[in-house]
Amino acid sequence: MSAPAPTALIEVRGLTKTYGAGGAAFQALKGIDLTINRGEFVAIIGPSGSGKSTLMNVLGCLDVPTTGTYHYQGIAVEALNNDERSLLRRYALGFIFQGFNLLARTSALDNVELPLLYRGLPRRERRAKALAALTSVGLPTKLRSTPGELSGGQQQRVAIARAIVTEPSTLFADEPTGNLDSVTTREVMALLTRLNLDRGITVLVVTHNDEVAACARRTVLIKDGLIGSDVRRA
Amino acid sequence: MIWNAFAIALREIARNLTRAFLTVLGIFIGVAAIITMVTLGQGATIAVKAQISNLGSNLILLRPGVGFRSASAGVPDFSEQDAEIIGEQIAGVAAIAPVRSASMSTIYLHTARTTPVIGTTPVYFDINRWVLAAGRFFTPADLRSGGAVCVIGETVHRELFEGANPIGAKIRIGKATCEVIGLLKGKGQAGMGDQDDAIIVPLSTLQRRLAGKASSHDITQIVISGKDGMDGDAVIADITLLMRQRRNLQGNEDSNFSLFDTRQIADALGSTTQLMTTLLAAVAGVSLLVGGIGIMNIMLVSVTERTREIGIRLAIGALGGEVLLQFLVEAVTLSCIGGLLGILLALGLCAGLARLIHVPFNFNPQINVIAFLFSAAVGIVFGYAPARRAARLNPIDALRHE
Repeated sequence: MSAPAPTALIEVRGLTKTYGAGGAAFQALKGIDLTINRGEFVAIIGPSGSGKSTLMNVLGCLDVPTTGTYHYQGIAVEALNNDERSLLRRYALGFIFQGFNLLARTSALDNVELPLLYRGLPRRERRAKALAALTSVGLPTKLRSTPGELSGGQQQRVAIARAIVTEPSTLFADEPTGNLDSVTTREVMALLTRLNLDRGITVLVVTHNDEVAACARRTVLIKDGLIGSDVRRA
Repeated sequence: MIWNAFAIALREIARNLTRAFLTVLGIFIGVAAIITMVTLGQGATIAVKAQISNLGSNLILLRPGVGFRSASAGVPDFSEQDAEIIGEQIAGVAAIAPVRSASMSTIYLHTARTTPVIGTTPVYFDINRWVLAAGRFFTPADLRSGGAVCVIGETVHRELFEGANPIGAKIRIGKATCEVIGLLKGKGQAGMGDQDDAIIVPLSTLQRRLAGKASSHDITQIVISGKDGMDGDAVIADITLLMRQRRNLQGNEDSNFSLFDTRQIADALGSTTQLMTTLLAAVAGVSLLVGGIGIMNIMLVSVTERTREIGIRLAIGALGGEVLLQFLVEAVTLSCIGGLLGILLALGLCAGLARLIHVPFNFNPQINVIAFLFSAAVGIVFGYAPARRAARLNPIDALRHE
């Protein structure tokens, strides 16, 4: 009780998520209690169908919990409506997906600028920030390339640039290396680690790749909709 | 926010030019088709109405046989006496002209063609409201002497003389040569056939000189103009009675001649044009429908891609309303572009086709507005409705849409 408690960024209690209704109902999350502090690098691991992606989607405000409470920076997320959750994503959260989810036929620069467009930034500022983000992920020469012209690793780096261009407090990555080879996987994970260490961005990674999980300083195992283990490394 | 949505929507259109093109094309064709068809249909109606008013408002035609068609064999024609007696005995007749018409070969210099030749009396010009473009009509003196003179219509002038001054020229008509003394001002065509394709000569000239000795001198048609304010039905009834007496028809025998007044001709032509316009509108409606289905297909085919796009936009923090506004602006922009291009094409087509088929080009703002609004509505509904559904989804469901 002597050291000040680290600031709780994410705090969930009794979180459940049920898909469908009646006899066909499937409970993906069965009561999750979890606290994540600012600046942590957390890997969420578990077998397929354990509910780890569902947990990430709920924590990332892409999906809503069925029951339970979820506080993000003290805000009761379960009480927010669609637009309020959109605004929370806009100003505080960044996402990286396994399938990249870049806009097709759209240049890397435009993809990275997109979140800034919704923030209403003037054109010149958008350009400068997007350029800086693409440079920081090592793609300063691929500004005009569309997703179809980029390799998987390059697309994921564009996606990371898009996620960090708004300087979010938390970065959610759902199987970010699932479509990448081992060399590119290491590059992407090095990038995430650097963002965590240098910029203090809280990073949550869902993965079933041990090498990826090893980058994190905390590993939460989800098993059958519940937390199986929660291990912090020194 | 609105300006932002515009910027995003225009970017999106520029990025998906194929989709944009196909959407615009559907609306474009639908709008152009319906405007062209309706405008031309209305032009034709106007042309027919103008021609009917050219006929004269109280014109009565007496023809052999029954109905509008040419007399069938065995039905007797009329005599000049018939015309004289009708003129004398029937009250309400202002002027009456016997007509004998025949198709004859006509030659001027090296140009030859077959032309309808009308032999009649000078009062015919008045009854049919012909106006001179040049020269003079033939006179009663010409009629008495059977002078070798003729008055030609605009079509004949164009075909035989290729625009050169015809007055004083000699043309060969049938078996004789006539001097052109007058050129008629054109009445236009469509509906009734080409009224300007005619050579009008004194009746006696046609009977004695042009047709040859063996030919009949009978009258094939009698044109009558009624006095102002005459009761057309009463005059027709009187003439019918008189003609039945002159032909000794018994009470139970059908008349072997028929009478029409302008109103009946107008009704007959009017209902034909009406039918044509309805038909054209139906065809145009089908093309609008097909265009609409085209738009719908393009929009629905791209729903999967667009739903994922909406998922991405929502995930990075777009509000549902912002996404909808973007889609709305896209749909409205494409629909308006298609609609405006359609109107432009339709106006061009109408102007060109109206000239080609000789109907007046009548710009109808109403049909332009209706076609534009309908197509725009189709484009907007089918562009906007799927987006509306997608924008209500949880972002993760939109992202996972297959």
